[in-house]
Amino acid sequence: MTLHDNPRSPSASPEACLDTAMHAVDNKSATFEDAGGSGANVQRLNPGLAADPVIWAEPKTHREEKMKKFLVALTSAAVALTAAAASAEEPKRGGTLTFSYRIIAGHFNPTIASGTPTGIPGTQLFAALLRFDDEWNPKPYLAESWDISDDGLTVTVKLRDNARFHDGKPITSEDVKFSIETYQEHHPFKPMYAPVKSIDTPDPLTAVFNLSDPHPAILLAFSSQLGVVIPKHVYGNTDNIRQHPQNSQDIVGSGPFKLKEFKPGEYIILERNEDYFLEGKPYIDRIVYKKISENTSRVIALEKGDVDLTAFESDAPVLDRLKKNEHLTLTPDGYSAIGPLEWLAFNTKRKPFDDKRVRQAVAYAIDKEFILKVLYGGYAQRSLGPIHPGSVFAPKDVNPYDYDVEKAKALLDEAGYTPDADGIRIRTTLDYIPAGGTWKRKTEFVKAQLKKVGIDVTIKASADFRAWIKTVSNHEFDMTMDSVFNWGDPVIGVHRTYQSTNIRPGVPWHNTQQFQNAEVDAVMDRAGKELDRDKRAALYGEMQKLVVDEAPIAYLHTSPYHTVFNHERIGNPPVDSIWGVCSPWDEVYIR
Amino acid sequence: MLLLAVVVFNFILLSLVPGDIADTLAGESGGASQEVMDDIRRTYGLDRPFHIQLATYVGKVVQGDLGTSYYFNLPVTELILGRIAPTLLLVVTALVLAILIGTLFGVIASRRPNGLFSHFVTVLALVGFAAPVFWTAFLLIVLFVAMLEIMPLSGLVDPTTPRGTLTWYLDVLHHLFLPVLSLSSIYLASYSRLARASMMDVLGSDYIRTARAKGLGETSVTYKHALRNAVIPVITIAGLQFSHIFSGAVVVETVFTWPGLGTLAFESILRGDTPTIMGILFFSAMIVIVVNLLTDLAYRLVDPRIRSARNA
Repeated sequence: MTLHDNPRSPSASPEACLDTAMHAVDNKSATFEDAGGSGANVQRLNPGLAADPVIWAEPKTHREEKMKKFLVALTSAAVALTAAAASAEEPKRGGTLTFSYRIIAGHFNPTIASGTPTGIPGTQLFAALLRFDDEWNPKPYLAESWDISDDGLTVTVKLRDNARFHDGKPITSEDVKFSIETYQEHHPFKPMYAPVKSIDTPDPLTAVFNLSDPHPAILLAFSSQLGVVIPKHVYGNTDNIRQHPQNSQDIVGSGPFKLKEFKPGEYIILERNEDYFLEGKPYIDRIVYKKISENTSRVIALEKGDVDLTAFESDAPVLDRLKKNEHLTLTPDGYSAIGPLEWLAFNTKRKPFDDKRVRQAVAYAIDKEFILKVLYGGYAQRSLGPIHPGSVFAPKDVNPYDYDVEKAKALLDEAGYTPDADGIRIRTTLDYIPAGGTWKRKTEFVKAQLKKVGIDVTIKASADFRAWIKTVSNHEFDMTMDSVFNWGDPVIGVHRTYQSTNIRPGVPWHNTQQFQNAEVDAVMDRAGKELDRDKRAALYGEMQKLVVDEAPIAYLHTSPYHTVFNHERIGNPPVDSIWGVCSPWDEVYIR
Repeated sequence: MLLLAVVVFNFILLSLVPGDIADTLAGESGGASQEVMDDIRRTYGLDRPFHIQLATYVGKVVQGDLGTSYYFNLPVTELILGRIAPTLLLVVTALVLAILIGTLFGVIASRRPNGLFSHFVTVLALVGFAAPVFWTAFLLIVLFVAMLEIMPLSGLVDPTTPRGTLTWYLDVLHHLFLPVLSLSSIYLASYSRLARASMMDVLGSDYIRTARAKGLGETSVTYKHALRNAVIPVITIAGLQFSHIFSGAVVVETVFTWPGLGTLAFESILRGDTPTIMGILFFSAMIVIVVNLLTDLAYRLVDPRIRSARNA
């Protein structure tokens, strides 16, 4: 099969808006989430008119839900029409965009680190082979076209002929080969390019990937920060790329923006790449990426208009406050590839959590809706299984473990954990990832909830992130509150948590639950080599049913990440891709 | 020798902390593999035995090399030198202002211990002590940034201002105002209180009575005779406080995203960037020594007894 596509049109174009809205109207059987999704898209175009997406996420009775769906579809259509008319303006060239984030990375070379602080500027500085729209469809980027052979073992990529690095040298298949090999050797996500046996470069614009097995994740791995192309003539001159000075200064990139200045720990200034291979783009002259680590300071900067765009905002009070500002738009869009989940994990090799019934009891005993509404202010979404609800493989028909204290008690009775004189059945501990106040509150809440079913929990606070990761990665825990990303394809970010072959003490975010299930292993193995999306979805459906029933993890919700932007200043904000702000900002413009 | 002991002690202390840079980088990456963890540890020499690591580090420090930051991949000395100027600018300005204004307030208050101004100073000191500095800072932000909109919110300078021009210096001053005000508010409280108490103590002593008996004017008695003696405790405290510059400034630096040593230290600790932490600790040890020396010199300057005692 050959996939060949035109460069995508600007996201806010009238067609795109109408499409989404019409889809919602036509398709009466559209799921609740679908309607909410398109609504959220529309909201970002015209926030004044759209209803609150958070309300849609609340559970409703069936009739209410149907009515709501219809209303949402109608509103979406109406709003989209207005928005389409309003956004018919042409993107303008020029201007400075100020972006702010809690952290600034130490370097911006995505081939050796996967984190978003590296990825956000990294995807501006370096172009990848492909990019993805917001519906998981690959689009051409550095690659003009690509082809996967029928047996799935050969992937041929044709590069565009006008692409040049920031130093003027052409981008060739040699550079692609070098980049992917660097990923294989140094990047944290080994499964991403593991099946790539060798890369042939028959001519400067053709790269042929020879795979040991069919690899459905490869196209996604070619996008965003997971597959950027770095110049071999710059980064190939060392055997220690981790300490290459040009990871942070004098960067020779391939993307829409060039590095002008980097002050470690303070700010980055990026400038338009005048020789960018996509004609007429990018629109903005300059991106100033400022670190503002303090929440309140960042909020004020946004409100004052000093900052135009932030991402990964997750604090409910912060979001509440920003939502009130008429110049700002909040959107949960653009996080489905990262797929952030928050959950409670069990050490399945320790008593009493070696018993599946105890794990299930804990899952039943926690009021997930309370956490969502009260602790997260309605900004997060319920998640029911290993895969993020924004993924095409999201779990369906799995046991949701709806809050049920009696069931929890019954399960504990069945497992032989009866209450003692003080009404306590089990004494255990709970660790949590030290990532802010909400985590602590959530942990306290879970402690109180479990008390009700006779589980006495001692909370173990870690001094810092490293202390926590050390404890968990060495299996020195009973239960832990954790946050784990899906990273787009289940092969990259999901398998690792459940594979019995991935129990590796000392390595963060391996199968720290030490969950072992031959059936799950087998299904994942098949799903990881299946190229047909529907067949794959069926396999992941099966896998998730098994895992959710075994409950090595009590699934709670998604991370409440939001991108916030000043809609009076910014056109085409980078939220219309599954990668969100970790996608190139070459279509963003200043109004 | 003392400095060397400090270096060794710091190294041992920091190696006791659980987790290392590989854990941090893996955390930021949202995942890792054994190969990458090993790769990182090998790159930074963390796979070698402890005593070898210690010996290598001490050897380098003796030659004036504080190592390379794991996180920024830059020489630690360069990193610290880049951060020390903003911190000194902030702390010294705040400290000098606090000493001058605080002492003046204290002196004026001491002249009428039960007067209105004296009560004002007492209340000011109480509030200054009691109010957490981040709270003061946020109130100042609300007033000057959000409401009056006359002050910039954060940073040392607007990154887009061309460096070295007059506008650049003015922009730095503009950015300096709020952090200095926040930081000096705590210092001011202690100095005014200290100066007031010390002045009242001195004003009650015999030689002041003698001076007054000689018929000297009150201003001359206060500022020429009394102040000179009363200021000695102020110098002692200033010397001590200067050694705390990093800790005191961390909060203010964080709130205003001031690119100083305080934030660097704090963030490096969270990141497990051991060479940077050790570099900063080494620097602060040196600063303590230098400031102690300066304090002694200042004593000699204001107190002739100390001068003669040492000369004798």
